[in-house]
Amino acid sequence: MKRTILSTLVLFFPFRETFAQTVPNPEINQWWSSPGIIGTALLIAVVSFVAILIIGSRLSAFIQGLQNHSEKREKEELKSQLVNWEEEDLDWVLEKRKAAKKYRLTGTELSGREISGDQRGLIAKVTQDPENPLVDEKKQETLRLETPEPLRNLMVWYLGAAVFWLVFGTLVGQYVGMKFIWPEMDQSSWLSFGRLRPVHTNTVFWGWASMAMVGLGYFVMSRTSNTRIYSYSLAKTAWYLMNLTVVLGNLLLMNGVNNGGGEYREYIWPVALLFAAGLILTFYNFYKTVANRKISEIYISNWYLLGGLIWTITLVVLGYIPTFQDGLGETVIQGYYMHQGVGMWFMTFTLGLIYYYLPTSLNKPIYSYSLGVLAFWTQMLFYTLIGTHHFVFSPLPWWLQTVAIVFSAGMFIPVLSGTTNFLMTMKGSWSAISKSYVLPFFLVGIVFYFVGSTQGSLQAFRLTNFIWHFTDFNVAHSHMTMYGIITFILWACIYAIMPKVTGKEPSGLGVGIHFWLAFVGLFAYMISLMAGGTFRGLSWIEGESFINSVILMQPYWVWRAIGGSLMFVSHLVFGYNFLQMNRCEKITKSHTSPAISSVHA
Amino acid sequence: MFDFHKNHKLLVITSFLGFAILSTVIAVFPALQLQKVQPLPGMKEMSSEELKGLQVYVSENCMACHTQQVRNIEMDHVWGQRPSLASDYYYSKQRQDLWRQSPSLLGSERTGPDLTEVGKRQPGKEWHLLHLFNPRIVVKESVMPSYPWLFEEKSPAMVTQKDVIVPVPGELLKKPDHKLVAKKEALELVAYLQSLVQTNLGEDLSPDFIPSTRRKSEYPIGNTNLGLDGLQLYTETCSACHQPNGEGIAGAFPPLVGSKIVNDPDPNILVQIILSGYDARPEFGVMPGFADLLTDEEISAIATHERQSWGNQAPDVTPRQVAEIRKFILNQ
Repeated sequence: MKRTILSTLVLFFPFRETFAQTVPNPEINQWWSSPGIIGTALLIAVVSFVAILIIGSRLSAFIQGLQNHSEKREKEELKSQLVNWEEEDLDWVLEKRKAAKKYRLTGTELSGREISGDQRGLIAKVTQDPENPLVDEKKQETLRLETPEPLRNLMVWYLGAAVFWLVFGTLVGQYVGMKFIWPEMDQSSWLSFGRLRPVHTNTVFWGWASMAMVGLGYFVMSRTSNTRIYSYSLAKTAWYLMNLTVVLGNLLLMNGVNNGGGEYREYIWPVALLFAAGLILTFYNFYKTVANRKISEIYISNWYLLGGLIWTITLVVLGYIPTFQDGLGETVIQGYYMHQGVGMWFMTFTLGLIYYYLPTSLNKPIYSYSLGVLAFWTQMLFYTLIGTHHFVFSPLPWWLQTVAIVFSAGMFIPVLSGTTNFLMTMKGSWSAISKSYVLPFFLVGIVFYFVGSTQGSLQAFRLTNFIWHFTDFNVAHSHMTMYGIITFILWACIYAIMPKVTGKEPSGLGVGIHFWLAFVGLFAYMISLMAGGTFRGLSWIEGESFINSVILMQPYWVWRAIGGSLMFVSHLVFGYNFLQMNRCEKITKSHTSPAISSVHA
Repeated sequence: MFDFHKNHKLLVITSFLGFAILSTVIAVFPALQLQKVQPLPGMKEMSSEELKGLQVYVSENCMACHTQQVRNIEMDHVWGQRPSLASDYYYSKQRQDLWRQSPSLLGSERTGPDLTEVGKRQPGKEWHLLHLFNPRIVVKESVMPSYPWLFEEKSPAMVTQKDVIVPVPGELLKKPDHKLVAKKEALELVAYLQSLVQTNLGEDLSPDFIPSTRRKSEYPIGNTNLGLDGLQLYTETCSACHQPNGEGIAGAFPPLVGSKIVNDPDPNILVQIILSGYDARPEFGVMPGFADLLTDEEISAIATHERQSWGNQAPDVTPRQVAEIRKFILNQ
């Protein structure tokens, strides 16, 4: 049905018609007050804030009413009981109550009156002060999940590779960012900006995020299906294939072999084929594991994991089929591919991970299973259709652009249902956040999921395209999402699961440094490029000469590099923390347990 | 029947089919439609040298910073005479070879300028070669990378007749007494860049001409320069070669500061050179003519700016004078 509507649309809009609409520049003097970018965002924020207030007060009034009603009934019941009681019984109850009210603790109930001493010399240090007066001490992870040895090894392999690619990929990103300030940093063709930029993006995409996602996914699969992974050797093979992809692809890119420069499609097809093979093996492995599950229901996480994999396999295949990729056909596929790469792979899979790791970190069930299902299907429906919003006002057919913009707004549905679901799951456990080193990462990731996705939808509108398209604002947006959402969530999951699997914890201080460097760095990065991008767009609309817009970006590029440096340093700290979680010696265990047992002896 | 949460086969097949159908509608189908696009009438096929240049362009990933699309909005008019059409990409966006697909020329970032019409805007080969060797020789504030590996240094004895020598100041070379020679790749890349011009469709065929706020050629010819900003026009059109300070680049582009032609009270020769170009002095690069690119008002604004900046002192040039000289050249 939909297809026929769209094809009739095409018939009605012959080729030349796509340019019938000429759009004059908007009045930039009032770009913030007109139905503009910030205005829209503010309005929506205000409206939703008011709505939440209203709903909240209504709900609380309703609940209050219900409570009053039941309290009243209880009082009536008590009254009628009291009237019927005997005098003696009543006195006895009153005496008991009086005695209970008078009772006071002596303060020695647990310790006794003996003088304490340390005859065995076990206590090394006594202090009245907490170790760190500034922040809450982080709760230790005491839960150990019994994990089959091969699964644990598999996770260490995948996550270890991911950590390596994160450090490498962001080192490249940092280097490339610095080239905006010092374009003459080197004279080597292998390190030139054009060649290194895709090395950065592809490494963090296919190296860091993908490896981490799959590694974390294996645990979810096995745990929620209550069975073992179908084949560990398939998983290993996929590991080799995917890592080989990144190594070969990067070497080729640096050597000047580029598929065609389409973003995230820069690896040539023989290399991409390796990655696709890895994905197919992973999908088969996951699918078989779910098929062998020991419980009848498929947990919602697994919907997302299986969906993400099957969609991405389809996507990679379509992205590399040459039949329809000459001329602007390539551009249509490019918009589709780069958007779905982010939406159907990283976002879908990561959402699946949240549905498992967030509730387990909070030790309670997910708020709503149905919202998760709604978000799943709407994610597929809306996300798939919006790729062309990367080419608004381009020579691509106008109907394609319009569909993309309309459905970008539709993205509010999955985003809102996801955010609501996660926040409602966290509700009631806010105090746990300051005591946990995992939850802050989740909170940042979830807030960015809402903010980043909503901002992306707003950015797709035609008016915002005037100002922001082609500027560094896009770069800010992609870091807000790939970093703010995906990377923060992946960190949360890794910190949540590794200590449970290996029995080794990172130091709270290390995780804290990691968190704050990454968080502050991301803000510096994002805000500077958003501001700079906006000014640059305005400068273009005003018709100033192009070089002016390059000059005006200089300070923002400096701030971006500063933010990027903080982010990169945080990844080194993260790498150290990861090693801590996988260290071999068992000092902590052997040190504490005999001490405790001797005390009790 | 729809027990997705219990039936993994149904779940996977449904999500696969749903995505496949949506993908067909939104991507495969329109992409197939666009395969039927024909080249524009009068559009030139790319020469093999230009095609090789395009491959250099792709392998250096110039698309990361340069777009090649004139959007149908007014702010993009600076990059082309008309909005880009699907047919514009007929020859350039073909599959490159067995390994590499059709290049993503449209781009998504404009860290550097759009290149749709760079062949018209920067027609000089010398400029392109200097700019590729080190962009900051010609544009001081540029953040573009240098591409020294597209060039080689040769001792003067080794330079042959066929070599294209790039007039780089000696201190920028590793051996100051050597000559800088453009490699084949550099020449191919420049040939590609110089070929980038929109095919002219003529008034009636052109898809909607964008109304512009800055090109006001319909204004009546008068004695004032209509408040056009000579400095800005100079920055956009001339300063890439003659430099913002008017000093030019020794060995490549002549200085305008203190130039006899620029300071001549009679602007005749200056305006003639701007209109029809100049290639009389072998020690400098070729200057292209701007008769088709600039209006009389714009030329008068630029000439006046040149004659009254950097210590130059000569009277204004009026649009009427430019119009007369233009007519004179046409009649020749």
